[in-house]
Formats: sequence, structure tokens, C-alpha cells
Amino acid sequence: MRQLLAIYRQQLKTALAEQLQYRAALIIWLIEVALGPAVSVSVWSTVARNEGGEVNGYSSASFAAYFIATMLVNYATQTWVFWEFSRRVREGEFSPLLLRPIHPIHADLAENLAYKILMLPVIALVTLVLFLAFHASIALSLDNLLAFFPALVLAFALRFILEWTLALLAFWLTQVNVINQLYVVVVLFLSGQLVPLTFLPAPVQTASAWLPFQWMVAFPAELLVHPLSLSTLFTGLLVQLAWLLVGFALLAFTWQRGIRRYTAVGG
Amino acid sequence: MMRTYLRLLATFFRVSLLGELAYRANFWLQMVESLIELGTALALVSVVFTYTQSLNGWHASELLILIGTYFLIGGAINMVIMPGMSRLIEQVRLGTLDYLLTKPEEAQLLVSIQRLDIWKLLDLLLGLALLVAATIWHGSWPDPLQVLAFALTLLAGTAIVYSFVLFLATLSFWYVRVENILVIFESMYEAGRWPVDIYPGWLRATLTFIVPVAFAVTVPAEALTARLTWLALLGTLTLAALSLLVARLFWRFAIRSYSGASA
Repeated sequence: MRQLLAIYRQQLKTALAEQLQYRAALIIWLIEVALGPAVSVSVWSTVARNEGGEVNGYSSASFAAYFIATMLVNYATQTWVFWEFSRRVREGEFSPLLLRPIHPIHADLAENLAYKILMLPVIALVTLVLFLAFHASIALSLDNLLAFFPALVLAFALRFILEWTLALLAFWLTQVNVINQLYVVVVLFLSGQLVPLTFLPAPVQTASAWLPFQWMVAFPAELLVHPLSLSTLFTGLLVQLAWLLVGFALLAFTWQRGIRRYTAVGG
Repeated sequence: MMRTYLRLLATFFRVSLLGELAYRANFWLQMVESLIELGTALALVSVVFTYTQSLNGWHASELLILIGTYFLIGGAINMVIMPGMSRLIEQVRLGTLDYLLTKPEEAQLLVSIQRLDIWKLLDLLLGLALLVAATIWHGSWPDPLQVLAFALTLLAGTAIVYSFVLFLATLSFWYVRVENILVIFESMYEAGRWPVDIYPGWLRATLTFIVPVAFAVTVPAEALTARLTWLALLGTLTLAALSLLVARLFWRFAIRSYSGASA
């Protein structure tokens, strides 16, 4: 355990140093990250205004709070390794990673965390600006706030494990970009980032209930903006935990088979 | 002169097409990508319109006209303007712009059409198809005057975006790292999927005057749905002419102070 911690510390340091070289990318990222919620809030506030101030229980202010919260949770749970994996496999970059005496997932995890630490000031700024610009209102309760942090950690773990498993498809397929794009769109809708889940058509909501995506963003985000009952709260955490176990099983299964398929020349 | 330009464009188009035909699988990949993007936009619109009849006065069919315009112009921008401009930035950095400048044709033209991303034609065609479908659904056919205004504002919007992007790319003669600015433009363009009048004042002003998305998408869609006033039409055309002129002058000024270093 102590050894693993030391490894993480070193990985974090390297990743931070690497990321700090690309400071211009931070500004691009800032605009990209702020624009999505700004557009969503504008659209749905307009809908609320046109419908007499409220639609489906949401006012302009609560739309603003909801989309800012999903932005925050999405930032915290986001991964991008499935965009890079295909190159790793194709160009043999994976070979040196495999030679290390530690599972390659740790390096990716450390890099992901480093990136997020670096982005923290940016996201804080965006949150503040959006919050003020769109007059967001939140109704926090102590229970929710206490549940938020475990929910966020579980959401991150779940998303990281599932998306790392998705990335492993590159062992079998050469054209993974289309699959990745489809995945991103599905996540956008079913994780509650484009609209609150209660706004989706009933069949889609049913499908979403059987899928893991809402537990990756919508659940922690909702904890931040309106009070959930204690039972919803505990069920939510339990479902997250259950999906996480499924995710681990999927990962182990796919990894074992994928690694046997992997061959590389050079690298 | 115009005919020479058109012939050049046709030649560049043919060469790009020949190059791309070697990779026909890319056609299908772009097809899937475009359809995913269009499908996402349409799904979101259908969700919005289950909760309201009109978005700030835009009915569903009118909003689809706007989205059609968005894909049409976006296709044009990503097929011609963006690839050429990002190549220009690269050429300035590497010094290979020298080769282009020695050619006997007008450099600004060559720079603008030197690289075409042929498959983005699909976005353009999908946008056009959506425009036609949405107009039929809308019921009332636009009168010829509206169609004329649409065509004019479409051209004007493209001209404004072109001038804007050329201006940014020209900055690369002095600042090497401007390719990032083009990325910012691309992500801001996505806000054009909705009429700019739904945005709060500060964002609307940004999308109109700092990143001219409003002129590219909202104004033509307004023209086709009988929202555009004569004054706004006149203003858009004037602005288009002005921005072409400014971009042109800036380009001439930049070329004069350009000195190749390492070709």
C-alpha cells in the first residue's frame, strides 16, 4: 500500500509537470467547459420563461443550478483515455507500459487526477462566473452534502473503470472512433448532462434506469441542487456500489482476454 | 478574373477528391459522424419542444430551418475555410509559405482554397436536406424575396466568418501559437445551433461581434422565416463588405512584412 502511494505521488508529479507545459490549452478548455452549460441554461430558461416561469418543476434559477452542478460533476468524473488507447495499441506504445511492474491503469488514474488538480482553479472560476451570470439558486441540505462526496467518488470510480474497459476494445477493433462518438452521445443524454433525466421521454427514462450512466453524473449533481429523501439517497449509493462491482468484473474479464491478443512490433 | 478563380477552385476540388477517393472508408466514417451530430441536435430539439410550443417565438419547424442553416454553413466552413487556414498557420511556422508566394496566382486565394476537407460536403448536403424538409413541414413556402434574402445573408455570413478566420490566421505572421484561437472559434460555433436571441445580453454580444456566429446562422435563418428587417439585411451586407475589406488590407499588410526564414 505504501509503495503504491509513493508510485502515485511520483506519477502525479510527472503528470503535473507535463500538463503545465500546455497552459494555452487551459484557456481553450475554459471556454469549452463554460459554453456547454451556458447554452443549456439559456435554452431551458427560455423554455421556462415562455411557459410562465416554470417547466416540470424547474425555474430558470434551478436550471442554472442543475447545469452548473452537472458541469462540475462531469469535470470531476470525466476521462479521455478511450480516445488515446487505439493509438497506444496501434503504435506499440503499450509495450513499455506493460513491462512496468504495476498495472497500467494506475498511471492513467494518476494522470487523470493530476489534470483535474491543475484544472481546479479554472473550473472554480467558471462555476463562479456562471453562477452569478445566470442567478443560480441551490437548496442544500446537510444529508445531501454529506452524501455528495461519497457519491462523487463512487461516480468517478465507476466512470473511470467503465471507460477504461471501453478503451480496451481497441485490442480487437482498429476503428474505435465511431464507437467512442456514439458512447459520448449516449452518455450526454443518459447521464443527465443535456437535460435533467425527468425531461426525457418515458421509454428512455426506463432504459436509463437499467443503465449505469445516470450514476456517473446525474445522481451526484442532483444531490447538490435539490434535497433528495434519505431512502433515495441510500439506494443511490448502493446502486452506484453495485455498478462499480459489475464494472470491476467487466474490466478484469476484458483485460485478461485483451492482453492476450496484444502484439506489438517495435515501440 | 472571377472565372479564373472558379476554375482554380474546381481544380483544387478535383485534386482533393482524387486524393480522398483512395480512402473511401473515410466517407462512411464521416457519414456516421455527421449523422450522430445531426441526430443529437434533432433529439434535443424534440425534447425541448415537448415542453413548449415556441422558443422565443421560434416554432419547431423554424428551429429546424435554423439547424439546417447551421449544418450548411458549418459544412462550408469546415470544408474550405478551416483546413486552408490551419494549413496557413502551419506554413508560416515552417516557412513553407515561400513556395506558395512564388506562384503566379493571388496568394490570398491560394491560401484560402489550398486544402479542402471533401467529406465535410456531407454536412453541407445534410443541412440542405434538413432545410428543404423543414420548409415543407413549415407549410408556407417562403416567397422569392425571402429566398433571395436568405441567399444573400448566407453569402454575407460566410464572408464575415471567412474574414474573421483569415484575420485570426494572419496574426500567425507575428504570433506563432494562433492555432489555438481557431479551436476556440470552432467550439464557439456550436452555440449557433440555437437562435442567438435566447442568450443573455453579454453572450449574445460575444456571439455577434466577437465571434460572428450570429451572422453566419441566425441571420440567414431569420431571413428565411420572415423575421429579418430591411435594416438588418442592409447592415449585414455592409458588415460583410467591410470585414472582407479589412481582412484583405490586413493580409496585404502582413504579406509585406513577411520574411521567410527557413524554407
